Amino acid sequence: MKTAPRKMKPSSTPAKPAFELRLYVAGQTVKSVAALANLKRICETHLVGQYGIEVIDLMKTPQLAAGDQILAVPTLVRRVPAPIRKIIGDLSNEERVLVGLDIQPVQK
Amino acid sequence: MNMVNHKSKSPSAATPRGILKSPTGIAGLDEITGGGLPTGRPTLVCGSAGCGKTMLATEFLVRGAMEFGEPGVFMMFEENAEELTANVRSLNFDLTKLVARKKIVLDHVHIERSEIEETGEYDLEGLFIRLGHAIDSIGAKRVVLDTVEALFAGLPNHAILRAELRRLFRRLKDRGMTAVITGERGEHSMTRYGLEEYVADCVIMLDQRMRDQVSTRRLRVVKYRGTAHGTNEYPFLIGANGLSVLPITSLQLDHQASPERAPTGIPKLDAMLGGKGFYRASSVLVSGSPGTGKSSIGAQFADAACRRGERALIFAYEESPAQMLRNMASIGLRLQPWVKKGLLQIHSSRPTMHGLEQHLVMIHDTVRAFQPRVVVIDPISNLTIDGNETEVKPTLMRLIDILKSRQITSLFTSLTSGIAALEDSGVGVSSLMDSWLLLRNVEFNGERNRTLQVLKSRGMAHSNQVREFILTDRGIDLVEAYLGADRVLTGTARVAQETQERAAAGLRRENHARQLRQLATKRKSITAQIAALQAEAEAEEAEVNFAIAQENLDVAAAQQNIGAMTCLRGGSAPSTNDKKGRA
Repeated sequence: MKTAPRKMKPSSTPAKPAFELRLYVAGQTVKSVAALANLKRICETHLVGQYGIEVIDLMKTPQLAAGDQILAVPTLVRRVPAPIRKIIGDLSNEERVLVGLDIQPVQK
Repeated sequence: MNMVNHKSKSPSAATPRGILKSPTGIAGLDEITGGGLPTGRPTLVCGSAGCGKTMLATEFLVRGAMEFGEPGVFMMFEENAEELTANVRSLNFDLTKLVARKKIVLDHVHIERSEIEETGEYDLEGLFIRLGHAIDSIGAKRVVLDTVEALFAGLPNHAILRAELRRLFRRLKDRGMTAVITGERGEHSMTRYGLEEYVADCVIMLDQRMRDQVSTRRLRVVKYRGTAHGTNEYPFLIGANGLSVLPITSLQLDHQASPERAPTGIPKLDAMLGGKGFYRASSVLVSGSPGTGKSSIGAQFADAACRRGERALIFAYEESPAQMLRNMASIGLRLQPWVKKGLLQIHSSRPTMHGLEQHLVMIHDTVRAFQPRVVVIDPISNLTIDGNETEVKPTLMRLIDILKSRQITSLFTSLTSGIAALEDSGVGVSSLMDSWLLLRNVEFNGERNRTLQVLKSRGMAHSNQVREFILTDRGIDLVEAYLGADRVLTGTARVAQETQERAAAGLRRENHARQLRQLATKRKSITAQIAALQAEAEAEEAEVNFAIAQENLDVAAAQQNIGAMTCLRGGSAPSTNDKKGRA
C-alpha cells in the first residue's frame, strides 16, 4: 500500500519545518496496521498541516530496506528535519513517539 | 553445486549415511571435519578478539563462490563493506570483483543506538527481508553473519531479539542456507550472549594464546552433530592465501616402505651405509657438537638430490639463504645454480619468530606447494627457546609423519652441546629417526679433527667404523680412520704415523733386499767350493786312471819282454802267458 505524500495547506501558524515521515511495514500485519493508524492519529493531533507520510511495504520492495538501514518492522523514519530519527514499534506509546520525533505536543 | 557426500552410497556399510557437508576449501579444515561444514545448517565460530573469525568466515564464502560454485551473502554488523574488502585483500581475495560478478553480496547492517526509540511491539522482519532479498538476488547458498551480537548492543529489548534470532536461524535452515555465524568469546559461556543455544549444529572455537612471547593460533571443533570429527586442538596460520589448518595426519604409522635408496652425495658415506645410501622416505638425524659439519652434510645431501634432477628444500633456522650459499660454496658446493633452476629452495626464519605449530604449518604448506623429494631441516634443536624436549617431540613426530606419507627423505641436524652425553641427540627424538649419524670432534695432540660414525641405520647393514672426514674444497670426503697402537688417530697425528709407517716399510724392504743379496753371495761361494772339490776329484780320478794305465803298460811291456827273451833264449813257443802281448 503506497500512497502519495500528502501535504495539507499551511496553516496560519508561523512556518515550522515540514516533517517527512516514512513508515516501513511488512505486509498487512496487525502491528503494521496499528502503526499506521497510530501514526495518522498522532500527526493529525500534533503536526497538523506540516507532515507528509510515505508508507513503504518491504514485501513489495525489499531493496529499500538497505537504504535506511531498516531492521525492525514497523519502523518510522523521520527524514526531515535532520537528523534522521528512527522509531521502532507499533507506535502505541504516544509519548515516546513524540519524544522520538522531537515534536512539541500540542496541548488539547 | 559441489557437495561432499559423506559415507553415502553404500547400503551394506555398517555406519549409517552421514549428513551432507559443504566443503570450505580451507586447507586442513575439511579434513578435520570430515568434508566441511554441515550443509543447510548454521555453524557457530567463536573466539576472542583477533582470532580470525571474520577471516575464516570470509574465506568460507569466497572459496564457496570461486571454487564450489556457491554464491554467498555476507551480512556484516560491525565493519562496513569497504573495510572488509580492504582487510581481506591481504589474503588475496578480491571482494570487489566477486561482487561485480554477482557471486557475493555484501550487506552492512548498521544500528545506531542513539537513533532508535522503542515504542511498542515490533519484530525483526526487516532484517529477514533484507537477508531474503540478498539471497534471492544472486541465488546464494552460503550466508555469513558477522557478528550478529552487535544487534544486542543496538536494540534495547533483548527478549524480542533472542526470539527473532531463533526465528532467523530457523528461517535460514528452512531455506537450506549453509550459514556461518561468528560470535565473540564470553566469560562463562562460549559466546557473550549465549548464541550457542540457537546454533547448536556445529561449533568451532578459535583461540590465540601466548607462550614464551610467541603467539600460537589454534582451532577446535567443539561440537559437530551427526558426524565423527577430530576433537583435538589444531594449530593454524593465517597466511598469504587464507587460513591453513594443520590436521594431525595418520598417527597410524601406515606409511609405505620403499626399497629405493637416496645417495648422500658422499660416495664413501654411501659405502658405509650398505653401499647405496639412505632409504627413500626415511628420516635421518645428524647430530654433533658445534662446528662438526652437520649443515655441510645436509647441504651436500640436497646438492646430490638436485644433481639427480630432484627437488630439494632446505629449512635453515640459523643462516640466511645468502649466507648458506656463500658458506657452502667455500667447500665446493655450488648451490646457486640449483636455486636458479628452481630445483632448490632455501627458507630461513628465526625459530622463535613463530610458535612450533606455526613452523609446522609453514613447512607443511611449503612442502605441499613445492613437492620436493628431499627436505633438510637445519637445525631442529633450537626450535624452542630453552630447547624443551617435551614440546619439540610431538611437533617433530607430526612433521616426520607428514614427510613420510609423501615419500620424502628427510634429514635433520641437531646441535648437542659439547658437554652433553655423547649419544644425546639433543632433542630426545632418536627413536623417531631411521638413521643416525654422529659427528664428533676428536681432540688429540693439540688439534681437533672431525669424525663421523653411523650409530644406527634401520634396515641395512652399516659400517661400525669411526671415519675421519674432511671438508675439502671439492666437498666432503671421508678418510679411513687410522688405527695406530690402540686408538684412532686423526689429523696430523695420522699423517705423522703414516709417514713413520712408510719409512719403516721402506727400511724393511731394504733389509730384505740386503739379506737376499747375502744369500746369493753365499750361494755363489758354495757353488765355487763345490766346483773346486769336483775338479780335485776329477784330477785324482785322472791320476788313478793314469797310474792304472801305466801299470798295465808296464805289465804288457814286461810280458812282451819275457816273450821276446824267451824267444831269444830258447825259441820255444810262447807260453800261454803271453796271450796279451801279441795280436
